[in-house]
This record gives sequence, structure tokens and C-alpha cells, in this order.
Amino acid sequence: MTQPAPQASDRARAGGAVLIHASGLRKSFGDFDAVKGIDVEVTAGESFGFLGPNGAGKSSTMRMIGCVSPPTGGTLRILGLDPATAGPAIRAQLGVCPQRDYLDEELTVEENMLTYGRYFGLPKQVVRQRTAELLEFAQLTERARSRVEPLSGGMKRRLTIARSLINSPRILLLDEPTTGLDPQARHVSWDRLFRLKRSGVTLVLTTHYMDEAEQLCDRLVVMDHGLIVAEGSPRALIAEHSTREVLELRFHADDHAPYAARVEGLADRVEVLPDRLLLYVQDGDATMAAVHARGLEPLSSLVRRSTLEDVFLRLTGRTLVD
Amino acid sequence: MAATEVERGTDAAVPPGGGGALSVLAYLMQVYRRTFKGSLISSFLSPLLYLAAMGYGLGSLVDSGASRGIDGIPYVAFIAPGVLAATAMQTASGECTYPVLGAIKWHGQFHAMLATPLRPRQVLIGHLAFVTVRFLVVCGVFLVVAALLGATPSWTTPLALPAAVLTGLAFAAPITALAARVRDGGDSFNVLFRFVVMPMFLFSGTFFPIDQLPGALQVVAWVTPLWHGVELCRGLTLGTGTLLGAVGHVAYLSVFLVVGYLLAERFLTSRLLS
Repeated sequence: MTQPAPQASDRARAGGAVLIHASGLRKSFGDFDAVKGIDVEVTAGESFGFLGPNGAGKSSTMRMIGCVSPPTGGTLRILGLDPATAGPAIRAQLGVCPQRDYLDEELTVEENMLTYGRYFGLPKQVVRQRTAELLEFAQLTERARSRVEPLSGGMKRRLTIARSLINSPRILLLDEPTTGLDPQARHVSWDRLFRLKRSGVTLVLTTHYMDEAEQLCDRLVVMDHGLIVAEGSPRALIAEHSTREVLELRFHADDHAPYAARVEGLADRVEVLPDRLLLYVQDGDATMAAVHARGLEPLSSLVRRSTLEDVFLRLTGRTLVD
Repeated sequence: MAATEVERGTDAAVPPGGGGALSVLAYLMQVYRRTFKGSLISSFLSPLLYLAAMGYGLGSLVDSGASRGIDGIPYVAFIAPGVLAATAMQTASGECTYPVLGAIKWHGQFHAMLATPLRPRQVLIGHLAFVTVRFLVVCGVFLVVAALLGATPSWTTPLALPAAVLTGLAFAAPITALAARVRDGGDSFNVLFRFVVMPMFLFSGTFFPIDQLPGALQVVAWVTPLWHGVELCRGLTLGTGTLLGAVGHVAYLSVFLVVGYLLAERFLTSRLLS
């Protein structure tokens, strides 16, 4: 897995301008508190992620940053401006790639780009030139004149990304950029986003895919129930909230709970799943030997590195949130 | 690779106000262009059918009656301005219900617009400008057809076009306000269609003078904006209107337009910026 170069983000944080600043940011809908007071700072050139289960408040936060949802409380500054008074001026410099594509499926790929450029008030000549460049970037040049409706989900997503770049935004907001795409399409989208990141565009994204967060984010926050429960680079989060390795043990039994007691003391933490035990340890092979030494013979075992998913599940729990 | 060519930093090419209401109108016109031919044919056929069936079919009975038409006016010339105003109303109820709800709820065009410098007000004005274009086309074609059939005796007939547009807008603005508030899949619109649009179409002086209605219903008809639209158009196509009457009708319709617009701006803003 490609780890983002940590030096780059450190430099950005040390020297880059603060593009998004939120403190004590809150959002309520009636008596439901979607966001309960979060502090976030994103600097120029950074790639920043909001990670969390459904209903954690990620999208509400993104809508506030996109200046289409007035905060209920706290402070929010984007590009140094207050969304409450300068929404349109901020939006002029944002690129927004919403969860739903919001493309006009009756129009052609090119017409969708031109329409969007017109909303920004860009001169026709500029829009035409950028459309050609961006469709090339999104690998849609051959489909420029086809209607949007018959395109694949991946193509539509890439078109949405291309469209959100028509105004050469200073910040690109991506709300679950690859949700619902097949693996190939996801990888193509990641590749495009990674290129943007490399070219210095500031990315802010939400996701509930750990691999996406590890691929794209220099820094991320984990949100749960409207609050930030952890913050850091993917690597730092794993170091802080999980162990280096995870030993997975599967026994010939319907209930794995009794086995938890028998491996007690071998791991920093043991998690019981319906079909296996997870042992959070520094050295998986050494622990495996210790398990054998206790006379336990698991059906199968697997030593793997800790992932962001382990962190995520530890912080937000395994309970299904609907 | 193109990726590295994507520019960054402040984009000097983006004006602070964005493309304004005109860019919204341009988009809606682009979509309209795709269905323009079909809609032109139907806006040509429907007045023709109405005027033929009602004006001549039913009209032959009315005109041969004791009063020789309606107060001496041939029936087809009586209903032509009525159907004209009612057509504007129906166009408004078509363009400002599902298309508006769809742009908020299903297709998200309005949300896409709000991801740019555009404000809800500009979206609303662009939408109403487009609806105005639709009124001009539909009512313009209607007037031409009616004129060719000899159903518009007065030289002031061309003024019936802006009168019909105003009538349409007096409906378009409040109906857009309503659509911006609808949370369900559009079932609420049936109330509008069945209990507002349809009764107005039949009982607001479109097909017969409202003094034929029982007293209480006359008052109801008198309050409806459609009756004022019908009277305004009729005064112009028949040349029977008075200046004072016309000013009164225009003022009454304008109240619906202005109040409807203010409500629509408010509701659309709270719906899109929630």
C-alpha cells in the first residue's frame, strides 16, 4: 500500500496557509445534533480525510465546509472567509464532488462541463480549453459527445470529479468519492485523485473505506456520533490506537468466547468475533508460538499488519449503525 | 500528463458573482432545446383542438341561442382569451411542480448550482425567466392560432401576450414556493391540481361569464387570480376592457407574483441551504 510521504504533509502543516479552520463547530437539525463541536484545521496542499461510520456527521461537516449548510454554532473560516457572509465568494474557489453525482444525464459529457463553467461565470473560451484538459485528465475524451445517461458509474464519477475542477479550485471537497464503484473503477478514481494531490490541490474527503483513507489522506480525523475521536496520519493512528501486528485465530468451534480466556496475557488486547479471535500484538509469530506452547491448536491462523480498519473498529465499535 | 496542467490558486477567471441567473436560464434553455419541437407541436395543437371543439362545436349551439353568442360575442371569441389565460396557468403548474421538486430531490440540478457561486435567488430568477420563455412560446402560438381562426377581433390583441405571461407568473411564483416546501414524492401536488387548478380552469370565467354562478361562488371566482387573468386577456382581445379595469387586474396579479416570489425565495433558500 502506498503510504503518503509524511514529510510533505509536515511541511504543509508547518508552512502552508490555513485554508479551513473550524473550532467548536456544531450542526443541529431540530433536536438532532449531527455535529457536536469539532475542531479542524486544513492547510494548503494537504490531503485531509473525515473517516467515520454512516451517521457520524461527516457529510454534515462537508456541507458546512461547502457553504451550503449554515453552522448551528462554533467558528468556521474557509480561505479566511466566513461562510455566513461570504458563501458565494468561497464557493467560487471550491470544487465540490458530492455523494450523488448530480449530473444532467440528458446532456452530453461536454455539455455538462460547459453548463458548470457557465455557473461559475467563466468565459466560454476558458471553459472550452479547461474542458478539453479535464476530460483528458478524467480519461473521458472519447466520450465527450456522448450522453451521460448510458455511461458507467465509474465514468460518471470521474466526470463529476472533472466537473468540480472546472474553476481550478483551491480546495476540492469529495464526499465519499468512490462509494458504490466496482474495484477497477475505484482504482482509476484513486489514481486520478492521487495525481491531483501530487499536483498540489488541497483535498478534503469523507470516506468509510479504510483503504481509501490510507491511499489518499496525509492526515485524517475519525468521527463518531458527531465528535472527533482520533486524529493523525494513518500511520500515527495505527501506532497510537492499535498494535504493530494482529494475529487472527480460528478454532473449530461455534463460539470463540471460551478461547479468549485461554490466550489471556498473550496480547495487548483480544477481540472475540463470531468466527475468530483477534490478538493485538507486537510480534505475531512469537505470539503464535506462545499459543502453541499453551497447547492450543487453532484450525487456522494469520499474522497481518494492523490496518486503519482495526483502528476504526476499535474507536467506533463493531455495532452496526443504521 | 494533464494532471500537472490543472491550475491552482486563486482563479482570476471566476467573477465573484458567478454566472448569475442568466447561466441558470442558459442551462434550462439547453435542456428545453432537446424537446422544443415536440412541445411546439403540442402548444399548437391544444389551442386548435380547444377552439375547434368548444368554440365551434359547442359554440354553434351558444351562438344560435336567444342571446346570439354571449352578449352578442361569438362563443369562440369569448373563450379564446379564457383558454389563453388558463393555458398560462396550466403551463405554470406543469413547469413549477415536478421539475422544481425534481431539481431539488431527484436530479439535484439546484444542488449542483449551489456548489458554485450561484445563490438560491439567482436559481429562482433563472427558473422564473425560463418559465417566462415557456409562457411566451405557448401563449404566443395560441394567440397566432386564435387570430388565424378569427377569434381575436380587437387590435389590442398583441397586448394579451404580456397579459397572459403575467397571469402565468402569478401562478408560477407561488407554485414554485409550494414545490420548494414539498417533502413527499409530489403527492401534495395532486391537491393543487384537483382542488385549485382544475376548478379554476372550469369556473373562473373561462367558458362562461361568472355572473352565471350562484352568488357565493361568484365571489369565490372573483377572488381567484385566474379570473383576473381571463378578464384582462378578454378585455384586450375583444377590445371591451377599460383602462381602470386592466390596471386593477394587473395589480391583483402582481400581488400574487410578488408575494409568491418572496415566499419562493425564502423557501428555496431554506431548502437548499439547510
